[in-house]
Amino acid sequence: MSKLYSGAEIVFKCLEDQDVEIVFGYPGGAVLPIYDELKNFNSVKHILVRHEQGAGHAAEGYARSTGKPGVLLVTSGPGATNAVTALTDAYMDSVPLVCISGQVPTHLIGTDAFQEADTTGITRPCTKHNWLVKDIKDLEKTIHKAFEVATTGRPGPVLVDIPKDIQFLKTNYKKFKKQKKTNGKVHNLFSQKDIDELIKLMSKASKPIFYTGGGVINSGPKASELLRELVNTTGFPITSTLQGLGSYPGDDSQFLGMLGMHGSYEANNAMHDCDLMINIGARFDDRITGKIDEFSPKSKKVHIDIDPSSINKNVKVDLPIVGDVAEVINSTIKTIKKVKPDFAKSNKQKVSKWWEQIQKWRSINSFNFVNSSETIKPQYAVQRLYELTKNKDTYITTEVGQHQMWAAQHYKFNKPNRWMTSGGLGTMGYGLPAAVGVQVAHPNKLVIDIAGEASVLMTMQEMSTAVQYSLPIKIFILNNEYMGMVRQWQELLHDKNYSESYTAALPDFVKLAEAYGCVGIRATSPEELDDKIIEMINTDRPVIFDCRVDKQENCFPMIPSGKPHNQMLLGPKDQKENKITGKGKTLV
Amino acid sequence: MVKSKSAYSIPGKQGKLDTHIIVVWVDNEAGVLARVVGLFSGRGYNIESLAVAEVDLKMNISRITIVTTGTPQVINQIKLQLKKLVPVHKVADFKREDKKVIFKEMALFKIVGNQSKKKKALKACKKYNAVILDKSNKSYVIQITALRREIDLMSKNLKKFGLVSVSRTGAVAMTRGSEIFK
Repeated sequence: MSKLYSGAEIVFKCLEDQDVEIVFGYPGGAVLPIYDELKNFNSVKHILVRHEQGAGHAAEGYARSTGKPGVLLVTSGPGATNAVTALTDAYMDSVPLVCISGQVPTHLIGTDAFQEADTTGITRPCTKHNWLVKDIKDLEKTIHKAFEVATTGRPGPVLVDIPKDIQFLKTNYKKFKKQKKTNGKVHNLFSQKDIDELIKLMSKASKPIFYTGGGVINSGPKASELLRELVNTTGFPITSTLQGLGSYPGDDSQFLGMLGMHGSYEANNAMHDCDLMINIGARFDDRITGKIDEFSPKSKKVHIDIDPSSINKNVKVDLPIVGDVAEVINSTIKTIKKVKPDFAKSNKQKVSKWWEQIQKWRSINSFNFVNSSETIKPQYAVQRLYELTKNKDTYITTEVGQHQMWAAQHYKFNKPNRWMTSGGLGTMGYGLPAAVGVQVAHPNKLVIDIAGEASVLMTMQEMSTAVQYSLPIKIFILNNEYMGMVRQWQELLHDKNYSESYTAALPDFVKLAEAYGCVGIRATSPEELDDKIIEMINTDRPVIFDCRVDKQENCFPMIPSGKPHNQMLLGPKDQKENKITGKGKTLV
Repeated sequence: MVKSKSAYSIPGKQGKLDTHIIVVWVDNEAGVLARVVGLFSGRGYNIESLAVAEVDLKMNISRITIVTTGTPQVINQIKLQLKKLVPVHKVADFKREDKKVIFKEMALFKIVGNQSKKKKALKACKKYNAVILDKSNKSYVIQITALRREIDLMSKNLKKFGLVSVSRTGAVAMTRGSEIFK
């Protein structure tokens, strides 16, 4: 008779067979049998976080920087509910996560037992799928299925809830064979006819634009390479969503910068005036489209996406192509080479006027700001950070708010999987634990969380994790003492009633760093900034960098609410009138 | 234009609403109904009626019939979102006006009153395959099968004949002819 394994052992057997190396987690009553087995499985390393939300975001950072699924292990009740924010975040941004949660023993389910929560009920709307394992015989296939669901199609989080008694029960373990082709739902539904139609549209267009998103990154590094080839072959301009940054080189001349609410003037105007929009792996999010009725009124729209439900959800398109981005681009390039080998040359004349127009928009230099010699402008800080780190293979995470937009505007990415930010859900507190996850995956790389002081305080406890595992993450805080984006909206939309957006009692971040056992650095003036950043980069330990920036700076350009793309608000001149000084801040 | 105080976009024009009957074949497992219904409530779709039961004991398949209203775009989203659920096998969508499809709903009426009222109630129900399931001196329980709007009408009209209680299933649907939905 073959050997019998306990449920807890089967969890690890499955993780081993799925090539999982890292698990982020936090122990508790209902997962103790699993934790008890940890010592017997050396190929799986456990990272102890300080809060389950941190485990979730760390797993997200790990997943987004490696392309592999992130795994987290949490206990029942509060352990699982604490992970909900991270699961929802991963769901919105299509990050593959497998969350294993403990549950009270099966006979106690439904009795309001200690640390019981209806975990599968609570996480149903924020996972692709979830399972409550009530029979030990189902455990193995459920966990393998969970990995399959998380990583195929449009990736996303899944959860497997395992009652404590199931973790003790014993059964057989069948050797798992990883299938190359998944037997699940089919993802490539496009035909050569769609590709031919796309090329027809492309050769007819005189004002084309590529609008690319996170789908390119999720499709793997190959997709980014193919995208570069496609863009070069066609000579078309390209813009990217927040999540897509890095799939195309940020410093290339065909790249118009990020689009959307705080995107570049040229990208948004090009989106508005184009006659052909080719959406590759983006989802027409409301931060991108602005007013739907006036969104790019004159264009034919093509939408390439792996998820059929993303197509025609917000914006009606003329040519839907359902499939994996890499495969669609690959077919497109192949067909172009066959049918129109001199595409770029023959098309150059046709799109030259379009490029002239784009240059005019570009010359406005919409990310520009009024620099200062006295205070550090946050944009300047990001620019210096970029200049001083661009020659290293740097990984950037962010929190959510103004600093996130400045990072997206001024930090240029050249490779995919280097930019981890919470876009869909907009989770403050994402960046620090995400940086932990990224650093765990890439121990020798430079990992920086460009943060705001309000966001970073939400998950600050994970500094303790970074110190425990000697993860030299750099927390670069653009400290303006405000919830900056909240203050900006209050300034622009609520008659400068700065209701509760000023933090009157912030910790001393340098002392805080020291208390955690890491290094604190502070910069207060532009002339010392470079030296301090270099000091940070050269520190081989976790660093909290308190960068004191201009407190009133706003993030521009901006598409105001209810406005289409071609009515952007441009910055610096408007800002001068809006200064608030002195003690007023806590009072207003 | 009034200055908007929101950083979200303002709603655009709304399209015309149609009534559709969505049929979903699912694995009959714990929580599957909650997944389907949760998808509707979570995304703000409408459910007018719902009928669920296992139809294939061997394969463990349940058939869920949902009557919903929405713009063509919303109906399309409902179908695509349903298809993404792991336990969903297939999704069919019929317009209520579709002549190729039979829609039926069953209702039970409890009529309390004298002999004449009960008789009149039964007579009114005659054309909807009325069956008396229970009788007593003072009451009838009548079963009818009919279209949704016919049952709506009957529940109104029977009031004057002593209707005290109505119980009805949601609509179920099936295509006419020899074809089945694949």
